[in-house]
Amino acid sequence: MKLHVNGREVEVSAPPDMPLLWVLRDLVGLTGTKYGCGIAQCGTCTVHLDGQPTRSCITPASAVGDRKITTIEGLSADGSHPVQRAWVETDVVQCGYCQSGQIMACAALLEKTPKPDDAQIEMAMAGNLCRCGTYQRIKTAVHRAAELIGG
Amino acid sequence: MTPHETQAASRRTFLKTSAGALAGLVISFRVRLPAASPITNGSPRAKLPAPDAFLHIAPDDSITVFLAHSEMGQGVWTGLPMLLAEELGCDWQKVQAKHALAAPAYAHTAYGMQMTGGSTSTWSEFDRYRQVGAMARTMLIEAAAKQWGVEAAACRVDQGSVVHSDKKLTFGQLAEAAMRLTPPTEVTLEPPAEWKLIGKPTRRLDSALKVTGRAEFGFDVKLPGLLTALVARAPVFGGKVKSFKADAAKAVDGVRGVYQVPSGIAVVADHFWAAKKGRDALTIEWDHGAGASLSTDALRAEYRAMAKKPGLVATTAGDAAAQIDGAAQVVSAEYEAPYLPHAPMEPLNCTVRLRKDSCEIWTGTQFQTPDQAAAAHIAGLKPEQVTLHTTFLGGGFGRRANPACDFVAEAVHVAKAAGAPVKTVWTREDDVRGGYYRPMALHSMRVGLGDDGLPVGWHHRVVCQSIVAGTPFAAVMIKNGVDGASVEGVADSPYVTDMPHHHVELHSPILPVPVLWWRSVGHSHSAFAMESFIDELAHAAKIDPIEYRRRLLKKHPRHLGALNLAVEKANLGPATKGKGYGVAVHESFGSYVAHVAEVTVTDGRIKVERVVVAIDCGVCVNPLGVAAQLEGGTAFGLTAALYGELNIEAGQVKESNFHNHPLLRFHEMPKVEAHIVPSSAPPGGVGEPGVPPIAAAVGNAVFVATGQRLRRLPLRLAK
Repeated sequence: MKLHVNGREVEVSAPPDMPLLWVLRDLVGLTGTKYGCGIAQCGTCTVHLDGQPTRSCITPASAVGDRKITTIEGLSADGSHPVQRAWVETDVVQCGYCQSGQIMACAALLEKTPKPDDAQIEMAMAGNLCRCGTYQRIKTAVHRAAELIGG
Repeated sequence: MTPHETQAASRRTFLKTSAGALAGLVISFRVRLPAASPITNGSPRAKLPAPDAFLHIAPDDSITVFLAHSEMGQGVWTGLPMLLAEELGCDWQKVQAKHALAAPAYAHTAYGMQMTGGSTSTWSEFDRYRQVGAMARTMLIEAAAKQWGVEAAACRVDQGSVVHSDKKLTFGQLAEAAMRLTPPTEVTLEPPAEWKLIGKPTRRLDSALKVTGRAEFGFDVKLPGLLTALVARAPVFGGKVKSFKADAAKAVDGVRGVYQVPSGIAVVADHFWAAKKGRDALTIEWDHGAGASLSTDALRAEYRAMAKKPGLVATTAGDAAAQIDGAAQVVSAEYEAPYLPHAPMEPLNCTVRLRKDSCEIWTGTQFQTPDQAAAAHIAGLKPEQVTLHTTFLGGGFGRRANPACDFVAEAVHVAKAAGAPVKTVWTREDDVRGGYYRPMALHSMRVGLGDDGLPVGWHHRVVCQSIVAGTPFAAVMIKNGVDGASVEGVADSPYVTDMPHHHVELHSPILPVPVLWWRSVGHSHSAFAMESFIDELAHAAKIDPIEYRRRLLKKHPRHLGALNLAVEKANLGPATKGKGYGVAVHESFGSYVAHVAEVTVTDGRIKVERVVVAIDCGVCVNPLGVAAQLEGGTAFGLTAALYGELNIEAGQVKESNFHNHPLLRFHEMPKVEAHIVPSSAPPGGVGEPGVPPIAAAVGNAVFVATGQRLRRLPLRLAK
């Protein structure tokens, strides 16, 4: 099957039920997207399909079709996306494993809601777990990213 | 701090032991191992091999600090380089960190084996990393002084250069010349008044890697021809494979082989998905063994029965029983805590490549030395033939520090059976059901109060499985039958030890459920029991709980310092119906933490609205990192306080994934305000001490809000 990943077209041979997560990680070699639960409960596997935040662990790659896939590697080549910059400035990360998913969830939120309030942030991010407990700094970073984007 | 012996490696030695030739200055170092190292216990201590590098200064001025400890979120990737850079006098922007390979040179300065745990990295490396920086600085200055023909004492360092009058050379320009000098045998460290980095809020060095997906976790390791394995393990602890059918598994596209290994049946495949489908297609008949009848409900009843009988004495003084019997008032209670999985976001995994004379391992581990030894044993090699690469850890919390080396040993077995490089990975279900939990615990307390409401006798029984029984650590960590980790926070609590009449006993039941240290270990349940019970005593004595603690802790200024700072910053208002405040203060891992929790209860639901937390951790190396650990430790403790429990029925764990074993979510995170008590005491731990008091602080607040005293974790109001 053909997939559009981070602005390029890739051809992969995968069984139809193989989740997009494992196609990206094990066949395309993009390991920035993480596995955490496999049942859409933790959000570490979040990628964008045509800009929509999507749980890649339960999305069969065969169902993606022509939609454009963006992973953490495609958000920016060098960490210069405002969300990534806000994360660094706010010193959000601890172990860092969930942060690809957190950042993708935040980037999708800000596309739709450029100036979210706390309640909107909580609603948008409630599906992304962080065992290290970085939620408070994520909230600060989301506001900061909104500022950076807003200029 | 332990005495150090500083030495530098010859360049030739380093080049021999490194993967590629490094140009520039390489500072290596070795530390004398303590005589009683758990891992060498019973056998003659291994002679130290050539030392390895702690620092590399390259000609391009880049500075690499090699870490003896594992970065698992707690911040050693930043904190240890800060210590080194403080003395080196380099440009902080040029500093990067790398995990060191497993080697004896990186043995923990207090424990004698390479490991990360017990909130020890900062204090145990406080001297060593600063000394490495000072050694390098001394050599760079000497190299510059020689080149200029001036006195070394007349030169100084400034932001990565050595300077003398109008002359200036960068560390990179001096590195080669410095490498040819004899390293100093003694160095002088900067006095605290001169510190420029220590104590300064400093952003993490691993952020850029972690916000771009470039950070390599064990799960992300790639190798040519690497296969992926999943292992079907016994559904009951201690169970064994009786027979299995692999035909259907082998028929799955992408499955390369099915092998029996000591822990179960391994399905090895081209990728995760094929391995998972292959494993799902296995038919296995298990011999469940003695664990098949285990139930946590029954176990709780057994623990309560056990607590009625005498156990082994952990500490005793005076005659507690007589004092209690003659007291004006007697208060007794039982507190319970369940089994808990660590649930790091990155499930366990380990990549192994075996060759004839070598074994190469990539994994996120907290336990390099035991893992290396276990792998060598299975592979039939010597430990030095096992190259262990530590990747980033997607959370550790103790699960990746296993004396049984379960996930590493299993992966070596799988690679050996498959005859190919294999990454053995765990699913979330494997993680939740795979054992090595925080042990279930029961605290049974009986305290007599005098006419002034203060305790006159303290009687305490703990029931808790030993974590180290049956491991090589038992010999050093179990004393007179008592595993100190089961009674920590009780036997050494100032409430207990200050009292002339106290008696603490322990029962350590032996069960098939594997247990392990879980972020804050025994303190994770003892602080809940102690700080909730102290609250009960205060209410029984009709004394304000904060005031009650102040009276009991008057000889303990660091407890009081943390408590008073948290209370002051919390600026408590009056409790109202459905809203309450609770406090708790607890010492663990050399630091003192107080929590104030503001809680509302609506329709029987507990919501933690705000938490103020204060720590006295001695010298604070990185306030930004310490605050992060307090915020994170509070969140970790809140998951346990509000949700965490594992139930076992007919030998099988009922919970399996985040839908039925919830973690605290974004919208449930209270506002956490972290404060640090200024201190010049030696540094204490930071990764764990933020966990213990929060459950009690929340429970105490719930009591104020509702009148219900909750004595069992997770906290649940009666319907």
